[in-house]
Amino acid sequence: MTDRADPSGARERRRLPQINPVWVLLAALIAAIIFMNPGFVEPTGYMNFLKRAAPLAILAAGQVYVITSGGFDLSVGSLITLVVVGSSMLTNNDPAATYWVVPVMLGIGVGVGAINGLIVCFLRVPSLIATLGMMITLNGLAFLWSGGAPRGYLPDTFRFFGRELIRDVPLVRFIPVSVIVLVVVVGLFAWLMHRTNLGRQVHAIGDNPVAARLAGVAVNRVRITAFVLSGLSGAIAGILLGGFAGVSTDVGTGYELQAITAAVLGGAQLLGGRGSVPAAFGGALALTAIFTLLNFLGLPQPVRQVVQGLILIAAVALAMHRRKQTGT
Amino acid sequence: MKHLLLATGALALGLAPLHAQNFDDPEEFAKQQEQLQAESMGPEGQPWVQHIGGDMVETADLGIEGPATVCFSNAGVNNPWRVVGYTNMTEEVENHDSIGEFIHVDAEGSDDKQIADIDDLLAGGDCDVMIVSPNTTAALTPAVERACEAMPVIVFDRGVNTDCPVTFIHPVGGYGFGIQGAEFIVDNVEEGANVLMLRILPGVDVLETRYSAGRRILDEAGMNIVGAEFTDGDNAKTKSIVEDYLMRGDIDAVWMDAGATAVAAIEAFEDSGYDIPVFVGEDQQDFLRKWQDKGLTAIAPTYPTYQWRTAVIAAARVIEGEALPGPEWVLPQPAITQENLDEYVNPAMPPLHYAMCGCEDMANYPEAWGGN
Repeated sequence: MTDRADPSGARERRRLPQINPVWVLLAALIAAIIFMNPGFVEPTGYMNFLKRAAPLAILAAGQVYVITSGGFDLSVGSLITLVVVGSSMLTNNDPAATYWVVPVMLGIGVGVGAINGLIVCFLRVPSLIATLGMMITLNGLAFLWSGGAPRGYLPDTFRFFGRELIRDVPLVRFIPVSVIVLVVVVGLFAWLMHRTNLGRQVHAIGDNPVAARLAGVAVNRVRITAFVLSGLSGAIAGILLGGFAGVSTDVGTGYELQAITAAVLGGAQLLGGRGSVPAAFGGALALTAIFTLLNFLGLPQPVRQVVQGLILIAAVALAMHRRKQTGT
Repeated sequence: MKHLLLATGALALGLAPLHAQNFDDPEEFAKQQEQLQAESMGPEGQPWVQHIGGDMVETADLGIEGPATVCFSNAGVNNPWRVVGYTNMTEEVENHDSIGEFIHVDAEGSDDKQIADIDDLLAGGDCDVMIVSPNTTAALTPAVERACEAMPVIVFDRGVNTDCPVTFIHPVGGYGFGIQGAEFIVDNVEEGANVLMLRILPGVDVLETRYSAGRRILDEAGMNIVGAEFTDGDNAKTKSIVEDYLMRGDIDAVWMDAGATAVAAIEAFEDSGYDIPVFVGEDQQDFLRKWQDKGLTAIAPTYPTYQWRTAVIAAARVIEGEALPGPEWVLPQPAITQENLDEYVNPAMPPLHYAMCGCEDMANYPEAWGGN
């Protein structure tokens, strides 16, 4: 569907290594951060960075399923809020409640994802609108549940996942629990996407749903699975964020767009057919690196927003340019 | 990247003078500094009916008979401070037989909606007295002037640019808030100590004045201000910012313009393995509890939610024809310190309950405020 690269261009490309620009961007940002703050190469520096990036990276890994399948999931931000508020209400300061509250929250994530998928598949509501509606609904539910202000604390057992460190680890001194969660979840999502039939089917229905159906793909089942995985990632991100920073009633605000941005930075194609979990992970790290770098530069807030916006547009333009060149 | 850094740096320098206008008024600073020290008049132990400065306005000639209808145009109930304040208000209404009906309209943080709300209330013709908590000062002034022509108006929290209301109720103010926190830091650290200032967002008058007053005192005392950062009131962002600063050097004190994210900032020190420095928070329960549990060196300036009670009391006095402090009713603005911390900590209350609510003696306390 895109223009065919002429042979001379193809020869030229062969000499250049085929590397996703998100990794170049990330390397440049990390180099700038180290330049600004040499302490970043210490474990405290990069482990804190990974800990901070974990919720967004997990969210992006889930979002990339929905984007690749040809949709959007705007509901994950308010799902995060609901998970944090709901956890504080359900645990009710009881440390022993964590063992059942965590599965309940993961269940809510799966349930919200399934409902999103069912609405998109059977009510024929475009995913943008279906998940926008879900976003507003979940925000309202979180507000109803909490009465507009947080009503409780999260016990330390619940905050373990987002806050605790495992100390005395050789080489790196310590590993935040959230980084372990990050590696496991992103690893699983990447394996599912790039090593199993499900991943191929997600790509197929995003690229051409009619062809996929004719080829025997159960389009609805795959699409619903994509939303379920995104919902699950939202619940996991919520548990980590609640653990990291405690209860607030607007904790998830803006995360849905950050997750989509991270996926697109990683080269995922809006409207489907193309997407990579590791690259979305790279996109999430790059986005977090932009925030961190702007923190270190100590620029006034309005300037930061200008710079942040410009970097994002430039990065995505770069990704698009590369796609045009490679013709995929 | 280097070009980018240079370019953004130049941009930053170019834009910097756009900030910090009008919110650093030495006269207002001095006035509020004096008011913090002033003896307040009125019944002891009930700061919500006390006042600083002795001017009174008579209301007997306004000719309103009870029970009357009081209408309240509210800027919003969109943050925990306003949630606590509005609860104070509805509970206070129960105390007054002279208030027959209480009509509340919520502008949901929008100037346009609040202007329309006030006009609707005037057109409806049911109101005898109006209370306004303006969303922003300049935008609401004409609407309040229209209301003044029809009935007695009471304004509280943020002001308006007209003296037509019967009275304007407010605590000492933003400069006072900034002064209390910064003076505490100056008294508790050495000269030249590293102070991190955390702010919610730029451009809000009550927050800008807190910052300018705090900054003035810290600068004059020779403190080394390592940074002044915006947190958007977001816990995760606050914690990340403080962690970043800790990677670059020690922090001896943290000044905040509002306390909602104070606990997240404290956790950044705990989780990075540092001692918790001198802290300025606010009167939210989560901060007060942390302070008590960890034995911090801290202070909690307040912007008391009891002013929402005062607005109802003022409306009742207008109906009953009694004199009330005016045209400005300046309420005392106490800070919570180590000496009186125990009086305000209450684990039964929600984490973002504002302790300086003056509501402990009210009939439905603590249930109506979400306590148990």
